[in-house]
Amino acid sequence: MHDLDAALGLALTLVVTADADLLEIVGLSMTVSMTALALSCAIAMPFGALLGTCRFPGRGAVVVALNAMMGLPPVVVGLLVYLLLSNAGPLGFLHLLYTPGAMIIAQTVLITPIVAALTRQAIEDLHTEYAEQFRSLAVPGHVAIAALLWDGRWSLLTVALAGFGRAISEVGAVIIVGGNINHLTRVMTTAIALETSKGDLAMALALGLVLMTLALVVNALVFAVRHQTERHAHA
Amino acid sequence: MPDSAGSSQLPARVAAQSKDRSREPPALCASGLVVEVEGQRLLDRVDLTLRSGATTIIMGPNGAGKSLLLRVLHGLIQPTAGTVHWRTAGDGRPQRQAMVFQKPVLLRRSVAANIDFVLGLHGNRNRARRQVLLQTVGLADRAQQPARLLSGGEQQRLALARALAMEPSVLFLDEPTASLDPASVLWIEDIVRSTRGRGTTMLFVTHDVGQARRLGDEVVFLHRGQVCEQTPSADFFAAPTSSEARRFLAGLIVL
Ligand SMILES: Nc1ncnc2c1ncn2[C@@H]1O[C@H](COP(=O)(O)OP(=O)(O)O)[C@@H](O)[C@H]1O
Ligand SMILES: [Mg+2]
Repeated sequence: MHDLDAALGLALTLVVTADADLLEIVGLSMTVSMTALALSCAIAMPFGALLGTCRFPGRGAVVVALNAMMGLPPVVVGLLVYLLLSNAGPLGFLHLLYTPGAMIIAQTVLITPIVAALTRQAIEDLHTEYAEQFRSLAVPGHVAIAALLWDGRWSLLTVALAGFGRAISEVGAVIIVGGNINHLTRVMTTAIALETSKGDLAMALALGLVLMTLALVVNALVFAVRHQTERHAHA
Repeated sequence: MPDSAGSSQLPARVAAQSKDRSREPPALCASGLVVEVEGQRLLDRVDLTLRSGATTIIMGPNGAGKSLLLRVLHGLIQPTAGTVHWRTAGDGRPQRQAMVFQKPVLLRRSVAANIDFVLGLHGNRNRARRQVLLQTVGLADRAQQPARLLSGGEQQRLALARALAMEPSVLFLDEPTASLDPASVLWIEDIVRSTRGRGTTMLFVTHDVGQARRLGDEVVFLHRGQVCEQTPSADFFAAPTSSEARRFLAGLIVL
């Protein structure tokens, strides 16, 4: 119990004094996950919007597969990306393994199905409502998709926050492809895993505190967005 | 008036033509329209000819197929059988159509942005034009409000302004004033009247006999997917020819 008190005190000190190591780890976590989020939004939102608005044979199977991929275990994603990027793998020539680039790729693969599936749902609901009006106005397809994305912007923001929450908190994928190398690929979750196993509870707790605060902020943002959406009758 | 074709009284003839539109080719010729869903006939051999520039009222009990007929004529639903022929514009292209739905679907944007969206579709996003349209429906001072926070009547007026932004030659209105406040009903009737004055062909679904009298040139009475009669407005309300319409007007439920 005394150990825990001491560790907690030390952790708070690390946070309050903005310890350089701590900041470096938090900074890399944010950079990796934000970049992965940006990439997966760029890929998954147009894809989800297309899937939500187009009818084609086999669409149902694609939707089911996508929904299933939302639950991809991070370690499996890490393993697949590892195989891709390892020297013997098809993308081995890029020499990305054990770099932040590899971690970005892994997190992008992890959250792209999530962002795509949630986007598909949000846009499809909107499309169901707008479709007849748009046909009446003879809105061209690309204008319709742009309009759906814009009018669904608040739901899509919560979709993005969900993707970010998943990316920043996962450990399985980044630890396999990043390797938790100090000052290079060490992010919050891998550091917590490692420091805990090494017995450095203070650093692990400090990072845990930051991670939990981030989770709190993300959820508060989701709540605020929902509230705003309802107030402006955008829902 | 005798047909003066071949004579030299050209100005007189032009004037006469612009007044008497009954000589123009009809705006719409629909024949043998059938819509069948799962063996049910929702529209049954509907033949309809509409005069250009006329306002046609469509009446009939709930479920008669009025909304469905509008959708088929507007091209939103493909009929199982039958043909719809709209008169083409001068350049041979189809004439522009717009529809005000029974339940308005507004974009999740400001009042102004709802109009701008439609103006933008035709490449003439124009602030002044938007303001004129909003003034027409009495929403000029609400331009920056979220459209979905408007009252039901205001939403329907915005939907009408958006339809007018299309500058349609044919305008469909599906019970646009059902369950609206009297002020909004007046606004909408005024706009419909002035739109008619500009020569727009209109199809107007309503249950309101007074409104049908005020706005309609003729009445089409629909019952169980069939056209029972198509009668000039004045005659219809004095003496409808079909027994279904007679019973409907007498306030009986037509089953
Ligand atoms: N797309 C559709 N698919 C199946 N049934 C429909 C469809 N549209 C309308 N109907 C049915 O057709 C009938 C006429 O509907 P509608 O045209 O909405 O009547 P109303 O005259 O009250 O406007 C109703 O029984 C309705 O359930
Ligand atoms: Mg109806």
